[in-house]
Order: sequence, then C-alpha cells, then structure tokens
Amino acid sequence: MSVWIAIGLTAVGCYLVKLLGLLVPAGALERPLVQRLAALLPVALLAALTAQQTFSAQGALVLDARAAGLAAAAVALLLRAPFLVVVGVAVVVTAGVRALAGG
Amino acid sequence: MAGALRNVPDVAEQTATPVIRDGTKADSAVVRDALGVGIAVGLSGFAFGVTSAGSGLSLLQTCALSLLVFTGASQFALVGALAAGGNPLTAAAGAFFLGTRNAFYGLRLSQLLALPRTVRPFAAHWVIDETTAVALAQPTRRAVRIGFTVTGLTLYVLWNLTTLLGALGAEALGDTAAWGLDAAGPATFLALLAPMLRTATEGATAGIAVLLGLGLLPVLPAGVPVLAAALAAPLVLWARGRRMTGPTGQAGQAGPTGTTGPTGRKDAR
Repeated sequence: MSVWIAIGLTAVGCYLVKLLGLLVPAGALERPLVQRLAALLPVALLAALTAQQTFSAQGALVLDARAAGLAAAAVALLLRAPFLVVVGVAVVVTAGVRALAGG
Repeated sequence: MAGALRNVPDVAEQTATPVIRDGTKADSAVVRDALGVGIAVGLSGFAFGVTSAGSGLSLLQTCALSLLVFTGASQFALVGALAAGGNPLTAAAGAFFLGTRNAFYGLRLSQLLALPRTVRPFAAHWVIDETTAVALAQPTRRAVRIGFTVTGLTLYVLWNLTTLLGALGAEALGDTAAWGLDAAGPATFLALLAPMLRTATEGATAGIAVLLGLGLLPVLPAGVPVLAAALAAPLVLWARGRRMTGPTGQAGQAGPTGTTGPTGRKDAR
C-alpha cells in the first residue's frame, strides 16, 4: 500500500511541476537565483543517488561488484559511448565481477 | 528518460535565447531528429522496468510509474528509495525534487509552442528533457511543434512498452542482482549527471552531495540522506555568492553566464 502512496504522490507532484511551467506567465521563474538553483539541484541529487546506489546495501556502506560496474560506466562515458552502452557496460561488468568472486 | 543524443544542442544554451529564428526546415528533417531521440531514449525504458521489478515493485506498479510519472530520473529515484526501505513520503520527495527542472523546461516551451490553454494540460505530461532538447533546437514554430509532438509520442509509447518488457524480463530472470542489473540504476544516474558537470560549480556541488549522501546514510532513515545531499546546491551557490561579492562589494562581476537554464541534455523524465 505504501508503495502505491509513493507512486501517487510522485505522479501528481511531477505532473503539477510540468504543468506549472506551461501555465505561469513568463518571467515568474526567471530570477537568476531560482534558475541557478534549478540547474544545480539535479546535479546534487543525481550525484548523491549514484553514490548511494553504488556503495550501499540495507542502510550500510558496502564495496561490492557494483563499484567495478560503475567505474566501467564512467570510462564508457569518458569515451562518449551512447547511453544504452554505458548502462550495458555497467551491468555486464558487475555481473562478471560477481561471477568471478563467487557471489 | 535518459540520454538524449549528443547532437541535440545544449538545452541550457538554447533556453537562454527563446526566440524563433528565421529559416525553414523540412518537416521530414524535424521528424527524423525527433524519432532519433525518441527511439534511442525510449529503449532505455527496459533498464527502468528491470530495475523497478528488481527493487520489488509489482508489474502493475512499475508500469503505472512509466505511464503516470513519465520522467525517468524521478522514476529511478523513487524505486531506488523504496528498495532501500525509505518511507513513501521521503521517497516521493526525492523524486519530486528531481522533477522540478521540468517546470523550467515548460516555461521555455510555452513561449515556443504557443499552445491554446485547453491543450496545455495534455502537453504538460510530455514536458521532459528530451522533448525540450529537440523542440528548442528547431528554427520555426511549426518545426518546434512537430519536434515536440513526435519526440513526445515516440518516447511515451516506447518507454512504456520497454518498461513492460523489462519488468516481465526481470520476473523471468529471477535474481536480477546475479545478472548485474542492480548496477543499471546508478549507471543511469551517472550517465545523466556526466553532461551536467561542466564547471567547477557543478563539480563542487556533486562532490559535496556525494559526501553528504554517503556520510549521512548510516545515521539517517532511508531516503532522507538524499534530500540532505540536495542542500549541496544552495550551499555552493551561497559560497560562490560570498566569494563574488569580494572586497569591492560588487556582485556579479564574474557572473555565471552559462547557468541560466536547467541543465541536462540527458535525463530521464
């Protein structure tokens, strides 16, 4: 049930911010500080999410095969690989390291 | 969704000049651009379907997210937070904050699309990174509208279809971690983040957010550390503002010219 609550809140919230942009008069969100904050907020969130989902399990910090997978993805990004290749490389390397390490 | 193509001009640069430029462009060329982005990114719904199912969400819940939320980064963030045991409120809050950038896309698009008021509630669902990137790159209003619509439609259909296939595939695979699929989520975030890291400001924000996100993880309830890490953004802006106000008291001398728009050529809804 709580999963459905989270889905409902996210769906409504995300839709409303999309609609907000189309409805408010131009200029309302144009203040430089607001714009800069809006540009930096995803950077902070994505960085934290990347780190957490790579280095944590059940609320504790861990170092496992995912770290190798993400390192490979970072290399793919530096080589300007397409998005699907980046994700694919992370998955394959993670699975490979896990198989070699026996779990 | 994640990952618009690299040949789409930067959203941040485009949004700085929301003017309809002179010139024409064949409808077929616009459609080709739009299909390219829509198909490439639409296929990545597979990664979301797998991740969501692997995080313990049901098939129906997974598909509902792609149908109703339709902004990839928020979807990945939500299932990640739920899988980590976060409560629904904090999980939804993280996803919501990631989605706020779409409001700034809508602001630019509303001037370019010039839609009737009655159409806006329907168009709003498609206001995401990829549709914005394609629409802002077009030279005329007609091309903007075609680009937005074709990208939105292609992406919506494919993203939901591949989400379903991914979720079904994950159920068939069983233990998704054994296949390394638990790395798909963070890899997606990294791919979204990479093109945003253009200056020291973004780098510092990302670095502080990582430290906060990992440092607070063992001590705060699941989902809360990510929200705390978001504070890195105002923190860095505040520190920079102080530096720029220097001895002469003149702010904005080295003003941030390149940061006027939401970043993110890639995203996910």
